Amino acid sequence: MVMGDKGGGTEAQQYVWGGAIPLQIHLHDSEVTTLPPPPPALILAPRIGYLPLLVPQIKPFFSSSLPPGVDTVWFEYKGLPLKWYIPTGVLFDLLCAEPERPWNLTIHFRGYPGNILTPCESEDSIKWSFINALKEAAYIINGNCKNIMNMSQPDQAELWRSVLNGQLEVYLRVSSKLKLDIVGDDFSLKLNSSTSKSNQGVNDLDATGTTRTGRVPVRLYIRTIDEDTDDLEDAPAIGSWEKVSYINRPVEVHSEGKCFTLNDALKVLLPELFTEASSTNAHTSGAEVEGGQRSDGDSSRSPGETGAASNEHSQLPSDGAEIKLVRIQGIKPQLEIPFSWVVNNLMNPDHYLHICVYVKVLEPITI
Amino acid sequence: MVVSRDGTLSSTEFYVAASAFSEQWRKFNSALRQWSWVPSPKRPWISHNQEEGYLSVENVILPELNEEGHRDGDLIEKEECGCAEEDEFIDAAVLIQNDDAGARQYDFHVVYSACYRVPVLYFRAYCSDGQPLLLDDIKKDLPLNSVEQLTRSRWLFITQEEHPQLNRPWYTLHPCGTSEWMKLLQHNDDSAAQGEGIPVDKYLISWFSVVGQVFGLRIPLEMLNLGGTQ
Repeated sequence: MVMGDKGGGTEAQQYVWGGAIPLQIHLHDSEVTTLPPPPPALILAPRIGYLPLLVPQIKPFFSSSLPPGVDTVWFEYKGLPLKWYIPTGVLFDLLCAEPERPWNLTIHFRGYPGNILTPCESEDSIKWSFINALKEAAYIINGNCKNIMNMSQPDQAELWRSVLNGQLEVYLRVSSKLKLDIVGDDFSLKLNSSTSKSNQGVNDLDATGTTRTGRVPVRLYIRTIDEDTDDLEDAPAIGSWEKVSYINRPVEVHSEGKCFTLNDALKVLLPELFTEASSTNAHTSGAEVEGGQRSDGDSSRSPGETGAASNEHSQLPSDGAEIKLVRIQGIKPQLEIPFSWVVNNLMNPDHYLHICVYVKVLEPITI
Repeated sequence: MVVSRDGTLSSTEFYVAASAFSEQWRKFNSALRQWSWVPSPKRPWISHNQEEGYLSVENVILPELNEEGHRDGDLIEKEECGCAEEDEFIDAAVLIQNDDAGARQYDFHVVYSACYRVPVLYFRAYCSDGQPLLLDDIKKDLPLNSVEQLTRSRWLFITQEEHPQLNRPWYTLHPCGTSEWMKLLQHNDDSAAQGEGIPVDKYLISWFSVVGQVFGLRIPLEMLNLGGTQ
């Protein structure tokens, strides 16, 4: 996150924090006890927020129609229970191949699917899920999460409130105490020359307290579409979370003079989707990367270390798999963009960069 | 010999440590449930090799405490060792055994966390009829001092998380403090005094000596010594 004199953050950060998705929320048929059924609720949901946080706004629309019983609220999209701990904007980017506006969701107040979703008993559950993600991010960036563990109660409450209320300026002020700066490369520093002085100041403080790991917190959500689907509009709805691959793996950034791009980061995370020979892929369009053909035969195993992945490739199990689309905060970024810019500007408040990737494969996946 | 100096592992090292641990477990605990490696499901566009996966032991019945604090039928050796952690656990308070309870079974999975760069214990428990246990019921199964420690500690506590491989809610011992206490274990070790970290193939023995204790599962002395002296 860019720190410094600009209290309100960068322009891109302001767009991200102000980002919203129009939802049209329907009460599930099994919970309707009145005729006619209640009309859907129209809600504008912050991208960086979490679905259960909307329940206080939604409940009044439906409370008179509900059967007796205790509320256990959950959301569903075309039969898929929605994981509440994934930010709303990420769920939208992942599940709506073609953005659906308004996004039609179904809400349930009964029958929580406890075998699929972890419990969400109150706003505190969401807060602690958020804090845990922040701890994880802190560990990745700093090698420990002591700054999170030692956060004062007032700071913690203020940080969480800033997320609830979408207050970027408050968030930046409180989170700066956590010292979760991700070291930018030279390119990024040049772009942000006005803040380089304060960055150096922060680094001076960090020199005594913590060690930079050079790792960036990334959560990757991958869904597959089959070869015959030319229009994303025709992609079938995801019926089960088994159809989505989730990779929670940091990206180690190598600043070796050359600019580390978003494309380079994806190579680290999904090396099989990039050709072995080329370090710079030709692009038919900014958002598409050709997997290309590769000969079978002995190839080095994929290493465990993400940092080393850019130097080795494993054999591609399915020839012709390719990245069809990359979405971050609802946009399709050019893959040549500096990764540090993407991280510093498009990161969620949990200090994770959430990336949705659509992978086109030759055969439908049967898992 | 690859060693871990900062209490962490790479995922390749985790695979090495997991293989060594299950072999050593088989050697020293042949009468108990055995650990096995479960490879990750294959995805056509993600690298598939046997190093991606997790260590699993399932249908485990925890050793029961009787009124004297000893374990009936516990095949794990009870000799005391000099380890301070061992002393702490041996002095467990007496728990009244509930004879009415049916045998509860536990599944334990050891999954590598790429974020924390340490192993993470995922677990769940269920009755003989397959009904899953809630956390409060699980805590009744644990040694009393484990429950106390879990309540007090900022570095060893239970949360419910999504199992990274199975996409289902499981309980877990939160990994945020693991690298710190692994470093402490290394410092307590004689060989660590020589400036070396713990050999990778001994990492999980040390790790389990802490994590297993929470459930009353102890490592035999020979296995522990193997971890300590080599």
